[in-house]
Amino acid sequence: MKPWLVALAAIVTRENLRFVRQRGRFLAALVRPLVWLVVFAAGFRAVLGVSIIPPYQTYITYEVYILPGLCGMIQLFNGMQSSLSLVYDHEMGSMRLLLTSPLPRWWLLFSKLLAGVVVSILQVAVFLAIAAMSGITMPPVGYVAVVPALLASGLMLGALGLLISSTVRQLENFAGVMNFVIFPMFFLSSALYPLWKMAESSSLLRDICALNPFTYAVELIRFALYGELNLTALVWVSASFVLFMLAALWGYDPARAMLRSKG
Amino acid sequence: MARFALALLPAALLFAAPAFANKVFVTNERGNSVTVLDSQSWEVITTFPAGNRPRGITISPDGKELYVCASDDDTVRVFDAETYKELHTLPSGPDPELFALDPSGNPLYIANEDDNLVTVVDVRTRQVLAEVPVGVEPEGVAVSPDAKTIINTSETTNMAHFIDASSYKIVHNVLVDQRPRYAEFTSDGKKLYVSSEIGGTVSVIDMSATEPTIAKKISFAVPGILPEWLQPVGVKATRDGSRIFVALGPANRVAVIDAATDEVLDYLLVGQRVWQMAFTPNEEFLITTNGNSNDVSIIDVKAEKVIRSVQVGEQPWGVVVTPD
Repeated sequence: MKPWLVALAAIVTRENLRFVRQRGRFLAALVRPLVWLVVFAAGFRAVLGVSIIPPYQTYITYEVYILPGLCGMIQLFNGMQSSLSLVYDHEMGSMRLLLTSPLPRWWLLFSKLLAGVVVSILQVAVFLAIAAMSGITMPPVGYVAVVPALLASGLMLGALGLLISSTVRQLENFAGVMNFVIFPMFFLSSALYPLWKMAESSSLLRDICALNPFTYAVELIRFALYGELNLTALVWVSASFVLFMLAALWGYDPARAMLRSKG
Repeated sequence: MARFALALLPAALLFAAPAFANKVFVTNERGNSVTVLDSQSWEVITTFPAGNRPRGITISPDGKELYVCASDDDTVRVFDAETYKELHTLPSGPDPELFALDPSGNPLYIANEDDNLVTVVDVRTRQVLAEVPVGVEPEGVAVSPDAKTIINTSETTNMAHFIDASSYKIVHNVLVDQRPRYAEFTSDGKKLYVSSEIGGTVSVIDMSATEPTIAKKISFAVPGILPEWLQPVGVKATRDGSRIFVALGPANRVAVIDAATDEVLDYLLVGQRVWQMAFTPNEEFLITTNGNSNDVSIIDVKAEKVIRSVQVGEQPWGVVVTPD
């Protein structure tokens, strides 16, 4: 068991070190949701309050509504960023070194995934602290309950990143990933508007949002921030995680890669 | 066995706790009913019919009789606060809107919006004791803590009238901003707050001077909200004299005011078109009626936070809580 944990610790530490040393990346990860919070939410203030939907018990301002979605956004970008770093490692050869380890490949990939999730939780924690300082606070229990929710949603989004990195062979293609994965996932979810609001403009749009796993990641985080469990969201997030993880493992299967290089 | 029984004791106490809850009565202006809520679970207990266009609502000091202004019935309906049965009606004059009960529980001072009168009614004999001519469209009524002065605000004359409670004569008039809606004394009777819906201000009237004079006018500003939406209506002062709460109508906000400096400290987001308010007896919570969203919002007074909003009937207007 010990070498497994050593490998896990090493990968998590490397990922965290990489994150802390790359100040620019740390700032970018924070500035992005903060810009949304300050500029977008302010421009769309809904000063007269957003209608009551669970888990909220009363009227809220838009800043309060958008906060869980921005936590999800941090994790979504982070998941993609991890996948970017995998592609980078792939190109630079450091992944080859990692994958030659005698430990099973799924464990190494899972460690890599978990390392990214830990980084994303740190980012969310700093973001929530800044939001709290500007007056957007949650009940105290929410700050504890949100950690397991962030773990689940982070794993799901990270697994999606892994899956994508198994198909993207070159760094240059990453911009495409941004356009075709991050933006539709973020905009076609409950991060910016509640589903009932989407239904007002088009029921098709609402249905797409209701199928988007990112919607459930956001809702899981939203309910957890109020100390509540949204079981539907947990089931969707877990099922999506398993699906993405299996597909990513299949994508990273050396036998398949061998076949392809021969063909 | 004894230990088992002992273990159950805290649980039993816990279940007994709701017995200390108070009932919250909300008049639904368009629903023609009164919604009854529990002040601990905030669940709706029941809804009962209350005549046509019920608006002002108050309760006797012993908590037994509920008085409701049935504006379109031109009468005040009296209900049993336990059984919700209508006991009788009181003569009120036409279109009663708001009223105030003497601290002793009798008489009742009623503002008659349509014929420019304040009607004084004995709630025991059900007789009209006096009709005091006031300004045009009388609305707010307040009784000073010493029960010696009755305040009436007239919406069109833009005045607060000070009526002597023994002679039923107007002794002073104070001009305030447009459309004065509501008047509220501090518990020591030294200050009187009068809200002006269209003027957008709350006038602070100093009662300790030889003649009542306006000491300050509180105005409001919420970023992103048009000034004309800031329409102060209901006003409530805490007993300890620390805070004043002002309902700001279509701004969907309740302003929190430091009663020592009369400066606005914060604005709390509540439901749509917030109108009247009432404290629970221990002043732990403040309940606001939100006319356009058909709900009431509950404010945690100490934390100065809105904890939840609960659906009631159509167009909630007035609210009162049973005393302990």
